[in-house]
Formats: sequence, C-alpha cells, structure tokens
Amino acid sequence: MTGEIVVPVVGLSALLPALVVVGAGGLVLLLDLLPPRASKAHLGTVALAGLVAALLVTVSRWGTDDRAFRDMVLLDNYALFFDVVICYAAALVVMLSMDYVGREGGESGEYYALVLFSTTGMLLLASAGDLIVVFLALELMSLSLYVLAGFFKTRLVSGEASMKYFLLGAFASSFLLYGIAMLYGATGSTNLDRIAGSPAARDGDPLYLVGLALLLVGFGFKISTVPFHMWAPDVYEGAPTSVTALIATGSKAAAFAALIRVLVVALRGLQPDWTALLWSLAVVTMTLGNLAALAQSNLKRMLAYSSIAHVGYMLVGLVAGGASGAGAVLFYLLAYTFTTIGAFGVLALCQRAGEEAVEVSEYAGLARRNPVLAATLALFLLSLIGIPPLAGFVAKFYLFGAAVRGGHVWLAVIAVLNSAVAAYYYLRVLVYMYMREPEAGGAGYVPSFAGGLALAIALIGVVALGVMPAPFADLAQGAVTPLLR
Amino acid sequence: MVPESYYLGLSATLFSIGVVGVIVRRNPLVMFMSIELMLNAANLALVAFGHRLGSPDGQVLVFFVMAVAAAEVAVGLAIIVTIFRLRRRLSVDDLNLMRW
Amino acid sequence: MLTGSPTLALVVLGLPAASFLALALLRPLRRAGRLAGGVSITAIGAAFGAACLLWLRATSRAPLTSPSTSWAWIPADGEPMATVGVMVDELSMTMAVLVTLVSFLVQLYSLAYLVDEPAPSLGRYYAYHSLFAFSMLGLVLAPSFVQMFVFWELVGLCSYLLIGFWYDRPAAARAAAKAFWITKLGDLGFVAGIVMLWASAGTFDFWTLFGQAAGGTLPTEGLATIMFLIYLGAVGKSAQFPLHIWLPDAMEGPTPVSALIHAATMVTAGVFMVTRAFPLFGLVPDVLVLVAWVGAFTALLAASMACVESDIKRVLAYSTVSQLGYMMAAAGAGAPGEAFAHLVTHGVFKALLFLGAGVVIHLFHTNDVFRMGGLTGLPAVWVPFVLATLALAGIWPLPGFFTKEAILAGVLEGGFVGPFVLLAAGAFLTAFYMFRVVFLAFFAPAHGGHHGHHHVPTLMAAVCWTLAGLTVALGLRTALVGEHHPAPAWLPWLSLALALGGVGLAWSMYRRGVPDPAVVAAALRPLEWMARRRYGLDGLFAAAYRWGLLALASLVGWVDRYVVDGVLNVLSAWTLQGGDRLRRLQTGLAQDYVYGVALGALCLLVLARWAWS
Repeated sequence: MTGEIVVPVVGLSALLPALVVVGAGGLVLLLDLLPPRASKAHLGTVALAGLVAALLVTVSRWGTDDRAFRDMVLLDNYALFFDVVICYAAALVVMLSMDYVGREGGESGEYYALVLFSTTGMLLLASAGDLIVVFLALELMSLSLYVLAGFFKTRLVSGEASMKYFLLGAFASSFLLYGIAMLYGATGSTNLDRIAGSPAARDGDPLYLVGLALLLVGFGFKISTVPFHMWAPDVYEGAPTSVTALIATGSKAAAFAALIRVLVVALRGLQPDWTALLWSLAVVTMTLGNLAALAQSNLKRMLAYSSIAHVGYMLVGLVAGGASGAGAVLFYLLAYTFTTIGAFGVLALCQRAGEEAVEVSEYAGLARRNPVLAATLALFLLSLIGIPPLAGFVAKFYLFGAAVRGGHVWLAVIAVLNSAVAAYYYLRVLVYMYMREPEAGGAGYVPSFAGGLALAIALIGVVALGVMPAPFADLAQGAVTPLLR
Repeated sequence: MVPESYYLGLSATLFSIGVVGVIVRRNPLVMFMSIELMLNAANLALVAFGHRLGSPDGQVLVFFVMAVAAAEVAVGLAIIVTIFRLRRRLSVDDLNLMRW
Repeated sequence: MLTGSPTLALVVLGLPAASFLALALLRPLRRAGRLAGGVSITAIGAAFGAACLLWLRATSRAPLTSPSTSWAWIPADGEPMATVGVMVDELSMTMAVLVTLVSFLVQLYSLAYLVDEPAPSLGRYYAYHSLFAFSMLGLVLAPSFVQMFVFWELVGLCSYLLIGFWYDRPAAARAAAKAFWITKLGDLGFVAGIVMLWASAGTFDFWTLFGQAAGGTLPTEGLATIMFLIYLGAVGKSAQFPLHIWLPDAMEGPTPVSALIHAATMVTAGVFMVTRAFPLFGLVPDVLVLVAWVGAFTALLAASMACVESDIKRVLAYSTVSQLGYMMAAAGAGAPGEAFAHLVTHGVFKALLFLGAGVVIHLFHTNDVFRMGGLTGLPAVWVPFVLATLALAGIWPLPGFFTKEAILAGVLEGGFVGPFVLLAAGAFLTAFYMFRVVFLAFFAPAHGGHHGHHHVPTLMAAVCWTLAGLTVALGLRTALVGEHHPAPAWLPWLSLALALGGVGLAWSMYRRGVPDPAVVAAALRPLEWMARRRYGLDGLFAAAYRWGLLALASLVGWVDRYVVDGVLNVLSAWTLQGGDRLRRLQTGLAQDYVYGVALGALCLLVLARWAWS
C-alpha cells in the first residue's frame, strides 16, 4: 500500500457539459421553491437554456481531447459527438414537455430537474473512460428515468411502467456491477485502457470473459436487445410520452456510447469472438422487433418494438466493425434520435377527448383534420422506414454499406429484408391517416408553441441529414477516430 | 488467512441467492431486497479483489456502490409506495395492465 | 447553346419537382384545383420542351466519355458510396421525351376528364402527378443503381397514391395496396441484387459497371444470382408472370392515371431498367433465357385473359401486360434496342387507347363493353381509338407493326423458337381481343337509354387527335426512312397475316355472329372458365398472402405470446406450484421479464465459457 495520498489535479474542463446541465438542474430545483407557485412553465425555459448552453459548450470544445480524474472522464470527439446527440434529444424532450406534462399530469420543477439529472448521467456515460464512471453514470441516468417513467402518479399504467422499469433495471444493473467486479478481479483495474492492455484480456482469462458477459447483460438491457428487451414495450407504453421519447433516444444513445467504447477499446483482442455473438444478437433483435411490431395497434408500443428493431440495425454496424462500422452507428444514432423524438413528439401533441391518443385507429383521417401534423408524422415514419431522401435512408445505407464492406453480405441482406417488412407497420399508420374516414372525435392537435418548434427542429434535422449527409457523416467518422488509435 | 476463492465462492452464492430471489418472489419489496443482495455480492467480490491486488480501487468502488444502492432504495421505495396507494395490494402479478 | 446538357437535364428534372413542392406547400394554390393543374401542366410542358432539346442533342453524338454527371451524396472514405446525378444519353433522353410528352398530354386531358372533381382533390391529383413526373424522370436519368432504386420506390409510391386516389372506394384502396405489395415483392429482389452487386463490383455507377463489364474486370462469380435478383425488380414493376396480377386491379384509379402510369411510363420502367443494364445482363445468358421465356409466356397468358374480359380498361390492362411481355422477350433474346423501340411506340398508342377508352367511359358511365355501342356517328370518338388499335394489332404502316415485327425477328434471330411461337400466337390474339372491344364498344347497335350526353369535351378530343397524329407520324416515319432489320422475308407477311386473321375472326364473331361467341365459349369452356378466373393466379396469390403472410404474422404473434413466453413460463413453472401454470400463461408480468434477463445472462455466461475453452 502506498502511504501517501496524492491529491490529483482536477481539471474540470472535461466535465464542463455535464456540469452545465447539472447546474441547470440545481437551479431549476431552487427556482421551484420561489414564486410564482401556480405556473411552472418558466422552469422549462430554464432547463432548456441549460441544455442549449451545454450544447454550445460541447460544440465549442470540438476537436479538443480533454481528460480528467486519471482518465476516468474523457472528453474526446467521440464523447462530444454523443453529447451533441444527447443534448439535442434532451432539449427537444423539454420543449415537448412544456405543454404536455402540464396538460396531462401536473407540471413541476422536479420533472425538469430529473430530466436534467438523467441527461447529466447520459453525458457522463458518453465520456466514461473507467468502469466506475460507467456504473455511476448509468445509475444516475437510470434512477432519474425510473422516477420520470412513473411521473403521472395517479395513473396506474405510469406506476406500472415505473415499477417494471425499476425492478428490471436494478436487476440488470446488478449484473453489470458484478461484471465490473469480475473484470476488476481479472485485470486489476477498472480503467478501460488498462483493462485492454492487461494480460488477462489478451489470454482470454475465464474470469475476464465472465465479467464481459455480465457487462453485456447490463448494456443489453439499456439498449434493449433481445432477450433483454421485454421491459421496453411496457415501459414505453406506460411512461409519459415525453419521457418515453427520452428513454428511447437519449438513454439509448448514451448506453450505446459506453457499449461501443467498451467493445472497441477493451475488447480489441477478442474481436472474432464477440463478432459472432453480436451477429446473432443483431439478427434476432431486428427480426423479433419488426415482427412483434406488426401486431401492435398501440402506436407507442409499436414504436417501442420498432426501436428494438433499430437497435438490431445498429448492432449490424458494430458487427461490421472498424471506423466505417462505428461511424455508421454514430450517424444512425443521430438520425434515429431526430426521427424518434419527432414521432413520439407528434403523439405527445395529439389527444382525443382529453385523453392521450395512442391507438392507430384514433389517427384515422388525421390528414383531413390537420394536414400539417399528419404530413409531419408521415415524414418521421417514412424516415424510420428508410425512404430516401430522409435521414433514415442515408443512415441505413451507411450501416448496411459498412456491413457489406466488412464482408457481412448476408447480414446486410437480412437487415434489408427486415426493413422491408418494417415498412408494413409504418405504412399502416399512413394508410390510417390518409385513407381512412376520420372517426368521430379522433385524435386532434393540441396547440403548443414549444412542442411545434421541437417538431420543426426535428423535421429539419431529418430532412437535412437525408439531403446533405456529408458534414454529419464526417463528424461521425471524426468522432470514432480517437477510439481506434 | 482465508483464501480469496472462499470470498469469491461466498460472493457467487450470495449473487445466486439474489437472482433466485428476484425470480421466485412476488412481492416487489422482497424482489428489491434480493437485488440489494446481488449488489452486496458484487461488493464482497470487489473488496476481496482489492485486497488481493493491494489497490484501493475496489474498496473505493464499494463506497460508490453503497451510495448508489441507498439512492436506489429511496427511489424504489417511493415507486412501490405510489403503486401501493393506487392498488392497495403489493404483488408484481398485479402489474399486468400492459402486455403483448 | 443554351446551357450544358447536365444543367438542362437538371432543369427537366427540377421543373416537376418545383411544381410538386409548390403544390404541396402552398395550400391555397393546391386547393384552387384548376389553377394547381395549370401550374403542373406548365411545368411539365416546359420540361417536355427541354427534354426535346436535349434529345436532339443527345442523338447527334456518340458517348465516348461518360454521359453522366454526378455529385457525391453519401460520402465515404475514398469514393463516395452513393452519388446523385443525371445521365444524358440517347436512351435516357428518348425515354424522358416520352415521359414528359405523355405526362403533359395526360395532365391536359385530366382537366376535362376530372371536371366534376372538387377543387381540393383536383389539386391533390395534380400534386401527385407532378411528383410522379419528377420521380419517373429521376429514374430515367439515373446514372447509378442507387438513384434508380430511390426513384423506383418513389414511382411505386406515386402509383399507390394515384390508384388509391378515390380512396373512399374500397376497391380502389384495396387495389392500391395490392399493387404496392406485389411490386414490393419484386423490389426486395432488386435491392438485394443491388447490394450484392455493390459488394462484388464496388460501385453502383452504370458507366463504371459497363466499363468493368466490357473490360472483363467485373467479377463474374455470383453474377447470375445478382442479375436474377435485379431482374425480379423488373418482374414486379413491369408486371411479368407471376407478379402481373396487380396491374389489372390498378385500373381502379382514374383512367388518365392508368394511361400514364399503368400503360405508358411506370410499368415500362422494368423494361427500361433491363435495357439500361443490358451490358450487365449480357454477361449472364442463363438469366436472359429466363427473361425471354417468362416474357413470351406472359405475353400469351395475358392476351388470352384479355379475350374474355368485358371491362374495357381491364382488356387494355391485360394488353399492356402482354405487350410488356413482348418487350421483355426481346430484351431476353438479346435485342434490347428492339424492346426499347416497342416501349416507345407502345407508350404512345397505349396512352391513346386508354384516353380513348376514357372518352367512351365518360359517355357511358360504365366500363362494360357490352353496355356500350352505337358510336358510328361519332368519328371523334372512334377514329383515334381504332387507329391506336390498328397500331397495337400490328397493321402496316402503323408503328406497332414495325416494332412488333422487329421483336419477332430479334427473338427468332436469338434462336428462341419456343418464345417465338408463343409471341406469334399472342400477336394473333392481340388483334382478336382488341377488335372484339372495337366492334362491341363502338360499332355494336346502341343499347337504349345508356348514352347520356353525346358530347365529347374539346380538350379530350384534342389530346386524342394529337396522339393519333403522332402514332401515324411515327409509323410513316419508320415506313419511309426507318432502317430495316435483317429478318426472314416471310416474317412481315406472317406478322401481318396473324394480325389480319385476328381482326377477321373478331369481325366475324362479333359483327356477323359466325361462329357465335357463345358457342365458341361453350366449346372452349374449360379454357374460358380458367381465363375468366385468371388461371387462378389471383386466388393463388390471395391464398398465399392470406395463408402465408397472415399465417406468418399470426405465427409470430403466437410464438411471441406462447412460445417465447411459454418457454419462460415453463421455466418459471418449475419453481411454482403446478396449479399456477395456467395463470402464468398470461404475461405482462415483470417476473417473466426477469426470466428473460436471467436467461440471457445465462446464455452469455455459457457462451463466455464456451469461447474460453
């Protein structure tokens, strides 16, 4: 044992985006105590300001390679790319929430504070260079999301979603932690770089492999791969729609960030082993997600299965490996985030007779009642199908292209066939909106300035990513290079 | 001196008991306690490894885990209480409003 | 020189796109109806002018360098993965002229045809039309497989929207969905083929691929599979057996739409694609043999079905399927030029046939040929239609005669005797079923009370006469200055004799009643019965769909409900009392999900152990 305690030089700059967001969260909690008591709308604005500030900080730090706490927190381009995705997702969610939460279940300061705290967790997860930080950030993110999922306290479905999410999430986290313990025991370190360099990693020590398997359970749960996906449909359905959007995008992106870092950095030596594993995971996940989505009539649930399928597609990129594969996954996450937030956003802005409209049949004839909203949802769904020239198409193209280049032609073909099957359930919504007579008292738009603005931003993103993908693709490629050194 | 493998064996046993508890029990409180048992199994393993390696990382991580577990307890109990208020019963089998 | 060719090609492409965007985004404009139509027609008219200009230029020079201009769309390290651009050569420009011309005339015609349509829905109609024109031109001008596929899907979407234009009619909505799914089936092959081609050749670009094919550097391993898959796309889009069943149902759309999309342009996209990619198809003779046989078989099959159909539009639809079969057979026999020539002339006179049929439908408010008749006194109605019929039947000196003869010659020259016989029989039937329609719909005695107003809108008549003039001009041009294909001397006479024989039989049966159609039908009862039921193919597909796809969906649902959860439940049942088992079949329970996680963890652990040992 070394006797002296070395006081480390703390460079907080690597934590800056997370600090801004957590600061905004604290500010929201403080302001919540002050008048005006009746309206909490201003708190949403504060939260939004915090997220925009974090976004600006992130953008301004592009290209710097910052490290803190003995490489526990890394703010490289890779983390910054994810920070942008996460901050965007969180900001859009806050904008969507401003009217939605007040309308559905009582707005309060805690809601925005929790959104910001979970965002902090996501940002840290993206920068984690050490398994301790992975665990802490994952828990920070998850604990906030458990509460948010049950935020509509008077609704049984919300409580049920929260409970399922919590029990299963905690269960999966304890696997993750046990895995971390095993990895620590096998390699003597929790730092990703040092783990990768240890003899145990090179020799494939059994303890090491067990640790990795357990780690994958934890990550598999967060990104909802089969068979760890079962919570997702229930939670997506029961949670407030704005929270669902955050779970589906931000938390997934953050978990992917950590997963890719772990796979690429710490598992470099074991590439062939986990490629076979990921190959089968990808196929099973996308196929099950798509086929199960075919049978859904609840839109939130359908989107939940669809998001499972999209995770399957992203795993295709991980199988492909290399800079092009990882870059394609990053690009896909960006496109997926914009599109999914948009789709859930439209659901959040629609209601029927004071209730949330979530059944497909409630959207019958929406094009007649509100053509703009119908066209918006249609564009998001078309992007999810992968119809050019929208974001989803280009993203799929990159992903499957990377798989083909990596020599996984069959995987690409399976993925293409899968996305063809997926077209069916998305198009069914379009058919309802455009080709069915409106039901009496079908879903209608609830006017919301912030919500409308969020949809507009998401829509611009979806179109811009599809029409001129080059700059974004360059960013994604640039983001993965620090990993592959 | 107790060998490290004993600690690991105990830890694995605790973890398994935890997993089985979560799977078998119907009361969310008990399921939750089982999850805590799993976390503590991990803690035990961490301490044992830290001791062998002579590095403080393991022990430090244990403190973090304890803090996280405490936070988890707070959140978990709050959720359970909310459900109980609406349901007046406490069994995960009642939580089946949403399915397939 | 106005501008460079690529720029002008972009103008051709951009005009309908601009018109679509204007109609889609400017709600008041769209809801103005006829004004929206004016915008769309002006745009497509201007595009037609530009396309003509380009066509004149493109035919005058032989492409030595790459005729395509493209910009990186999806970049990657090294070469861009996908490009967008335009390919200006004779093939694409001829097709572009055809597309813009027919689009222009059909849009003009629609103004009169859809006069009773409410203004907002008329605006929607023209928005779809502009989108279609843009998509089709994008497909035609595509310099790479990716762009072609992108627009290929877009025209499919337009077709879906326009077939289902009257979506409050259940039949129209059903037909739209059917068309979409059947063609989608072929598209699956198409996209898989493109991906695999890219995997082996490393590019999507036509010019590069042709260079590789000519230079022998294209990897030939698996090329036959790839080209077969790509051909599947054409099977769906160009309604080849067995995916032809969507086209007759697509007639639920407005008649001008049928003329444009389901006769002249979109359905020919498959033939166009095969022609475009012929340097690649040429490397795989096995696939070409298949293309030829399927094409010839489709031609005869569809012709026989047309003989028993009483819905005038469906007769024309089967005739389109049949003619597409001719084109494909020619392409398969190694004569893509002949196929393309037939595509162009067929586009003109088939559009005329549909528009002429539209006039008759407009007069009688029915599609049933047996309830029409008595139009001898209205030459404005029957003269253009009969001209187009003669062209389709292949009577000298109309264009159908020359192009069909060229196809027959090409097929024979390629050594395909079997397909040649099928096609020759088809030629006889073509003349027969077309003149059956002519005699029944136009020259049969009038049925009392059915002909409401005997007024043909001037615009509709003008469009029909224009197309008729064009048909005659095309024919005369070929007759006077056209190059003659090296064919056996007896072939033109055979071709003419078959056509005249068909006309004669139709005349005798439906004008003279010798032999009586009913007697013939009775004599050929099994055949007629089968043809009427479309040889059971629709039923087969419906059954395949119902039992296949729906069974798959329910199987998956069942598997998801009972097997996946069932496995978990069986596992959980071990730890529970046996009496609990039934209750456990329900899910939505957190516990079952816990099982999922635990099971997954177990699998991973086993795998980790296995990977180690």
